[in-house]
Amino acid sequence: MLRFVVRRLMWAVPTLLVVTFLVYVAIRIGTDPVASYVRSNARASQAKIDEYIERNGLYEGVDGYIRGYFRWLGGFLSGDWPRSIKGNQEVWPDLKNAMGNSLRLAGLGALVGIVLGCGFGVLAALKPGSIRDGSVNTTALVMLSIPPFVSAVILQMVFAVYTRQWFPGARWLHFPTSGVYPPGHRGFDLIEMLRHLTLPVTVVAIQSVAVYTRYMRASLLDVLNSDYLRTARAKGISERRVLVHHALRNAMLPIVTLAAIDFGLLFGGLIITERIFEYPGLGNFFLTAYSNGDFPQLMPWMVIVVIAVILFNLLADLSYAFLDPRIRLD
Amino acid sequence: MTELLSPTLLDPSEPSGDVTADAQGLTARSLSPRQMAWRRFRSHRPAMISAVILLLLVLFVLLAPLTARYGVNEPIFRTEAGRSNRYLSPRAEAWFGTDDIGRDLYSRLIYGTRVSLAIGLSAAVIAVVIGTAIGAWAGIRGGWFDDVLMRVTDVFLAFPFLVALLVTRNMLGEIPWLEPIVGERTSIRFVILLLALFGWMGVARVVRGQVLALKEREFVEAARALGASNRRIVVRHLLPNSIGPILVALTFSVVAAIIAESTLSFFGFGPQPGADATSLGLLVGSSKENVLTGNWWMVLFPCATLVLLALTINMIGDGLRDATDPKLQRGNG
Amino acid sequence: MSGGEEQTVTVPPDQLPAGPRGEPVLQLRDFRVTFSTLFGDVQAVRGIDLDVGAGEMVGIVGESGSGKSVTFLGLMGLLPRSARITGSATVGGTQLVGASPKVLNRVRGRRVAMIFQDPLSALNPVHRIGDQIVEMIQSHQRMPKKRAWERAVELLGVVGIPQPRERANQYPHEFSGGMRQRVMIAMAIANDPEVLVADEPTTALDVTVQAQILEVLQRIRREMHTAIVLITHDLGVVARVADRVQVMYAGRAVERGDVEAIFDHPSHPYTRGLLSSLPALGRQRLSPIPGAPPNMLNPPSGCAFRARCPHAVPACAEGLPELRPFGDLATACIRAEELAAVEVAP
Repeated sequence: MLRFVVRRLMWAVPTLLVVTFLVYVAIRIGTDPVASYVRSNARASQAKIDEYIERNGLYEGVDGYIRGYFRWLGGFLSGDWPRSIKGNQEVWPDLKNAMGNSLRLAGLGALVGIVLGCGFGVLAALKPGSIRDGSVNTTALVMLSIPPFVSAVILQMVFAVYTRQWFPGARWLHFPTSGVYPPGHRGFDLIEMLRHLTLPVTVVAIQSVAVYTRYMRASLLDVLNSDYLRTARAKGISERRVLVHHALRNAMLPIVTLAAIDFGLLFGGLIITERIFEYPGLGNFFLTAYSNGDFPQLMPWMVIVVIAVILFNLLADLSYAFLDPRIRLD
Repeated sequence: MTELLSPTLLDPSEPSGDVTADAQGLTARSLSPRQMAWRRFRSHRPAMISAVILLLLVLFVLLAPLTARYGVNEPIFRTEAGRSNRYLSPRAEAWFGTDDIGRDLYSRLIYGTRVSLAIGLSAAVIAVVIGTAIGAWAGIRGGWFDDVLMRVTDVFLAFPFLVALLVTRNMLGEIPWLEPIVGERTSIRFVILLLALFGWMGVARVVRGQVLALKEREFVEAARALGASNRRIVVRHLLPNSIGPILVALTFSVVAAIIAESTLSFFGFGPQPGADATSLGLLVGSSKENVLTGNWWMVLFPCATLVLLALTINMIGDGLRDATDPKLQRGNG
Repeated sequence: MSGGEEQTVTVPPDQLPAGPRGEPVLQLRDFRVTFSTLFGDVQAVRGIDLDVGAGEMVGIVGESGSGKSVTFLGLMGLLPRSARITGSATVGGTQLVGASPKVLNRVRGRRVAMIFQDPLSALNPVHRIGDQIVEMIQSHQRMPKKRAWERAVELLGVVGIPQPRERANQYPHEFSGGMRQRVMIAMAIANDPEVLVADEPTTALDVTVQAQILEVLQRIRREMHTAIVLITHDLGVVARVADRVQVMYAGRAVERGDVEAIFDHPSHPYTRGLLSSLPALGRQRLSPIPGAPPNMLNPPSGCAFRARCPHAVPACAEGLPELRPFGDLATACIRAEELAAVEVAP
């Protein structure tokens, strides 16, 4: 297994290089970093502009692109990152913060999704074709059909405006609709943090629960119809053991790998939710950086996202090999 | 969870496991696969109900000049002398209220839905056509073409949907020699092509999967033995057998396109057809400004329409998938 | 039963020729299975009587769709919810039709065991072989894990798996097809059941491996005195190892007899058709049975085989033919006497 991991990590390097190069090209073409810099720093001298071009590797021409990419790469790997174009800030602290926030949001959302989703999926699959099954399925589909920005906007409207109007006394009900902490708050406060996470996590969970419900239902149904489950029943073991030891054990397999890959995607994928709730995660970071055309912020962001995807895909494969003895990696 | 309903999430090859239809091969052999699929679809009640609702909705929207009460850009007449007709809450004169310049939201919603449906359908159809062609070719040929295709789609789909969408949008808009083909960045044509550019990858993977699965079956071997070329095998044998998954992919592509258009518009990156037209996405997008101002109708009705549309199409897709599930065509038990 | 009446008299199953040798451990009476589907009710099994005595090997022969597997899956309670089961199926006195899950679980794996056609998909791929046998043992006997494991290793040896101790630690995909089937058998006999139902145990295997598996079954029958029901469409298998044969068509039994008798002088046109469609040395042409099995949504009236039978007459369409004595066989063909007299060539 170690050999497998090493080999995958070795493959990850050229993949990263190619992908980051493509991203570099796409962002340069799409956002015109130099013009964006000038826009944000209207009084910048030509010397400053040149310095910006040099530090970020933004040379012109086809060969300039290639040279520029390696210039950027050199700076990135050596830790000497250029600062953001707006406000001349260090990029890493904000990025690190954003990562932490996104991890909490994505993690909680995925957790709720997996636990509730698998629960409902199991309930549905145990009585296929029944009213229970139909209602679970339909509810899941309804939830899936509510795009995140719709649920986010509606939740925001309800909780920013109406709960205060209708239930002025129930303070606990007034979930905050923006940020990680109330403005001006310092230090760590679990309750406040959770309160601020409630609404965004709900939005994520709506999609998350629905997806895991459907996948678990499908996976379990597949297993319940399999030959080895028939054998298990023919052995006369208790129905509960059949369910847990045989059915669920096998049905969880694809769910685990799905969860790993999914989480990797979740990382930068909550842009809409974060923007609407003004939650300072990776998604919001991207949107701001993107509308500013902030090259020094965008490139590291992209690298993190790609690394996350590669890492979690690797994790997915490893977990699959761990759980399924038929898969031997080498 | 990627936030948008990209077709890969609702993977048409996901098993649905309808146990009650499995009578161990003892059922009627006289119905053709198409008839059996239709019968199964009919028995899927949510799908049938959704199909009816969708049909009514589409008809309603298509008959726009009749069903709408005002024009798209027409402010309603003043209700009371001297009072402005901006941001009126729902009432008899304007069932869904009015917007910032006094236009009837109900009528605008009808026209907007029509536009968005057109965008969604066009983008999906283009995506399916391209995706089927490329996916089938990659599946039947294999080799480096297949490898490259898989790699490229993998990379694209690895990025968060909105990120890739925005970056591609900008890139597409910056390439000068493409402009005569794709149109302005804010035109409807551009949006359709952009969405199609994204949709084809999911479809291609589905079709490729189907081709790979069917490629090894005996009837293909038989066709080859008779000297059929790759192209003939694909067109006359493999594609007709894949109609089910392709239809399902088409359905989910339509939803994905409609929601993607709304998302783009939400952030201001969508189509801007000028004052004489609007899209559902634009109407949903304008809800952003109205959240904190208490103009709840500006948020509720566009969002409800979007969800209704997405829901009915998703239900139909589900029903189609159950009806054409290859697992249900098992042989004798 | 006054004399002079036509063949409308039904002979009770116990009094038919070719009955079980010894006390029946498994008894089916008017056993029926109907599936409710989208297209209507499918009558898969339409009234089966069967007795299986201790230590005998009974072959159940029929083509796909004849209901032979469904019968036994049904009495074990392994059919989907859409199946309706009526009639009687008793194992040593315990009624299985309509039995509660608790009763069924006590019978399954303990008094009646079943092995299936495809051993690869029939074994859970993520659990070790040893664990799967131990599970079988511990579900029905109070035995500590260590001793159960020893017993599992022992059983693997009994069915002829080399190096059973090492093998017990392996997973199903590490075994060959024949070995996997042996494992299934080992699992099935773990609790010394009275009846072992083998559903097409050799169909998915090579011919040479087939012989080995059949030999294992025979050994079990001899040494453990287990009754074995061998469900198959392969007459060669039946000829080799079975004592008695029951031929099924379209959900009903059409003929029954000792193996030698059936092969020597089959009375039912379907059985004859089956035998003559076998390739044999010296036979110039294959003569398959024309036509296809009937649609069980709407089974034909009378004898279900009449559409494909070269000797059908209008009377065949009336009433449901029951098994009746015919020499040393039990047959459901109303024209058995006439056909035997004319000595119809295959």
